[in-house]
Amino acid sequence: MFKLFEPNKIFSITSKITKYILLLFIIVLSIGLVEALFLSPEDYIQSHSVRIMYVHVPSAWISLGIFSLIALLSTISFIFKNKNFSIIAKSLAPSGFVFNIIALVTGSIWGKPTWGTWWAWDARITSMLILLLFYAMYILAWRIFNERENVIKITSIIAILGVINVPIIKFSVDWWSTLHQNSSVNILSESTIHSSMLLPLLIMTAAFSLFALLIFLMKYNTELIKIKNKGLDRL
Amino acid sequence: MYGKKVKLRILFISLLLVSVILSIFLILKSLEEDVVYFFSPTEIKSLTEINKKKIRIGGMVKENSIVIDSENINFIITDFKNEINISYSGSVPNLFEEGKGVVAEGFLKDNSFLIAEKILAKHDENYMPPEVAESLKDK
Repeated sequence: MFKLFEPNKIFSITSKITKYILLLFIIVLSIGLVEALFLSPEDYIQSHSVRIMYVHVPSAWISLGIFSLIALLSTISFIFKNKNFSIIAKSLAPSGFVFNIIALVTGSIWGKPTWGTWWAWDARITSMLILLLFYAMYILAWRIFNERENVIKITSIIAILGVINVPIIKFSVDWWSTLHQNSSVNILSESTIHSSMLLPLLIMTAAFSLFALLIFLMKYNTELIKIKNKGLDRL
Repeated sequence: MYGKKVKLRILFISLLLVSVILSIFLILKSLEEDVVYFFSPTEIKSLTEINKKKIRIGGMVKENSIVIDSENINFIITDFKNEINISYSGSVPNLFEEGKGVVAEGFLKDNSFLIAEKILAKHDENYMPPEVAESLKDK
């Protein structure tokens, strides 16, 4: 079932598509930045500080999405002993970690002029910080534990435990009173963000996703080369 | 179908998840009062004793309730059921406005009066350009 994921075959593809992803990323990011910084209107209350949202929200979405993906891959890897899935999960972690930091920092920069404080220990912000700690633990575990068999078990368990936090982050604003506002972009109910602001948000999300994909591919290629250099033709 | 080891690993993961989720749920449930960032005026009204601890109250700034004298800003936080009077001296955030969300942090004097030490503006989930907001107002 997992024969499809032969590292040599994968490498011949992933090493080639990196530059196309980079090109696409630059194009989409340029369109997104022009939309977000110049073409989109200012907000009726926040005026221009609404533009921070076009970086903050995609970063938060992507860091949550990547962690969920890491947890999914880790679960499969843990149960079926598929090491390639663990290597993919490992390669995803750095971009998720960076986007988590970006989400927290831009949120803080937005919070000062809007709320009047850089930081609040409310449920949303605290649970986002916990996610960052799980990312850090996950990345550190890969460095600390060397023995192949153990490192896969330990990192998988960290990811599986950490993913419990993901729905808590998502629903924190509904379950408890928080300083952070409820979500504006909803799939099931009507979104409370005007379409002229939703457009740059979605373009920026696409751009950041491409960036995450790019960093993932670079990291993954490095991992594959490392495995090759060790003289192993399989994972 | 799958080997015995695979089944055992699935069982292990399931037990791990169920036990941790259950513990987290119980912890969060019992800490509910500390997890919430602020209380509503209705929750404050129903308090039987006034706690000496610092507390946060959140709601809307009542329309036409802001009174500014030489030292203090006085206003009312409402959740449209109950109201709490707030007295505060200091600077307020730019978004502090009548009819908008606010969180006041400070000490309760009684069930309906709070001396605030910090005022935070709470932004809601509505994002729109000024023109759209204007046309909504006209309707």
